[in-house]
Amino acid sequence: MVSIDGRADSKSLIRARGLGKTYRRGGEQIHVLQGLNLDVDASDFVAFMGPSGSGKTTLLNLLGGLDVPSEGSVTVAGDEITRMSGAKLTAWRARHVGFVFQMYNLIPVLTAFQNVELPLLLTGLSKAERRSHVETALAVVGLDDRMRHYPRQLSGGQEQRVGIARAIVADPTFLLCDEPTGDLDRKSADEVLDLLDRLVRDHGKTVLLVTHDPRAAEHARLILHLEKGVLVESVTASPPR
Amino acid sequence: MAGVDRLVVLNRVSIIQPLPLAYRDRLAKIPGVTKVTFANWFGGVYQDERNFFPQFAIDREHYREMYPEFVVPDDQWQAFLGDKEGAIVGEALLERFKWKIGDRIPIKGAIFPGNWEFNIRGVYRGRRPQDDTTQFWFRWDYFDERKPFTKGVVGWYVIRIAKPDDAVRLVKVIDEQFANSPTETKTDTEKAFAASFVKQMGNIQLLIMSVGSVVFFTLLLVTGNTMAIAVRERTRELAVLKAVGFRDGFVLALVLVETMAVAVVGGGLGLALAKLFTLRGDPTGGLLPFFYVSPPSIAVGLGLALAVGLAAGFLPAVSASRLRVVDALRRI
Ligand SMILES: Nc1ncnc2c1ncn2[C@@H]1O[C@H](COP(=O)(O)OP(=O)(O)OP(=O)(O)O)[C@@H](O)[C@H]1O
Ligand SMILES: [Mg+2]
Repeated sequence: MVSIDGRADSKSLIRARGLGKTYRRGGEQIHVLQGLNLDVDASDFVAFMGPSGSGKTTLLNLLGGLDVPSEGSVTVAGDEITRMSGAKLTAWRARHVGFVFQMYNLIPVLTAFQNVELPLLLTGLSKAERRSHVETALAVVGLDDRMRHYPRQLSGGQEQRVGIARAIVADPTFLLCDEPTGDLDRKSADEVLDLLDRLVRDHGKTVLLVTHDPRAAEHARLILHLEKGVLVESVTASPPR
Repeated sequence: MAGVDRLVVLNRVSIIQPLPLAYRDRLAKIPGVTKVTFANWFGGVYQDERNFFPQFAIDREHYREMYPEFVVPDDQWQAFLGDKEGAIVGEALLERFKWKIGDRIPIKGAIFPGNWEFNIRGVYRGRRPQDDTTQFWFRWDYFDERKPFTKGVVGWYVIRIAKPDDAVRLVKVIDEQFANSPTETKTDTEKAFAASFVKQMGNIQLLIMSVGSVVFFTLLLVTGNTMAIAVRERTRELAVLKAVGFRDGFVLALVLVETMAVAVVGGGLGLALAKLFTLRGDPTGGLLPFFYVSPPSIAVGLGLALAVGLAAGFLPAVSASRLRVVDALRRI
């Protein structure tokens, strides 16, 4: 279940309360988020939409522990991340969050395999264990035959699927995807979205997706709109598939 | 290369003005002086001006004992003593002109005119790699006998002192002894003499140092700039590493290790080239025969390279570690 009224019970996986983010530019303050509430249960698939500059990326950064809010709190699986120190937060990110970016952000000098392996280098896994994890992740995204390829030898869609493999390889608590299909053509975008569907449906992943594209948003169980710093629900999206 | 227990006594006016032979006994009498020898610069030409090598007319009695770092076999030294026109040559010089013992070497006098001819009677080798074996020695007595004017003078004296610590005092004692005479002296440690000799040869040391320093700092700037650009270009990648959960300290180390690796590989290549270049002997054709890349120099070179890497990488590394993921990913 996803709710935005701030009254959900305490079992929700991701919980934001009274979340606010204010930027100061010159003399004036810009309130990007204000008193935002959100509850997301495990294995949910939520899409965030909204005009450019409405604060979608800002929200994801706060939920993923990349940025700190001006007010309010974020609690994930019982841990209040908005109270964690820098180093602790970094460790928490490594353990709990998988990021998928619009620009893929693969490291060009590393092969697909090595890019996916990166997050595992922070774990205590042996080389053999890492290998099997990476192979599994690449198989899930359908690129097990491209392990030795470098990013420049892959298409945009394939690069993004490697990005997703990197996000899921350490088995994070949830995935944050910021316009993962923004740079892709329709067909590649559909492949990536189908992949996200499967991750939720078959692997029980929790996915938070930011997108401009209504067709992409429809893959989610619920579409939320950012308006004036808070989330509002739109007409219910397609039923769970 | 310089013996710490040796002093060089020169004419106060300049290095090319001679000193009376009579000073030998006066020097020997000074307490603290244990041995005295002397030599003369010859400055002749073998075949062609470009074949430069230093030639010394040496005191056959004490010169050999004064320089234990130059080793001449006894039988060869005896042969040298038995031949007025005899010469001892350094092994590098012998090798350079493919001479052998017994060869007769014609040398055209420049300062001391005439066609001089010498018989190679022996070869000296250096005990240590940095010992200069490009010199050509012949007998001062023959030189004095044959040269047409001002007999009984020598180019300089070399003296051995009992205690190296005593050098500063003895330098004063010696120069005071000959003060207010027609031929005043200027005494120095051999090390200082070698340095001033180089200085006379066009301030080459200063030149090398200044060129070296300019190159060093240019390299520092270039490396630093390159790293700063590299960090900027890779802002995204570094930000991704951080987003994925790598710590700030890791990113700092990553950038530092990269610059240091680049610097050490570059420095190592440079040192290897320098070593190769000097392996076959002095590249200046005898002008600066003490060219030798010693293991300590290599260590210093690598140390400097590391320092360049560290200095050049420091600021970029700090800025990389301070990078905020959110800002970095926002920048396209
Ligand atoms: N570091 C910052 N300093 C000042 N203002 C900022 C900063 N980061 C973001 N903003 C502002 O916050 C607002 C929300 O930005 P955000 O990137 O979250 O929007 P978005 O909904 O993701 O937009 P888009 O759809 O274009 O990606 C924008 O007005 C932006 O200019
Ligand atoms: Mg955005």
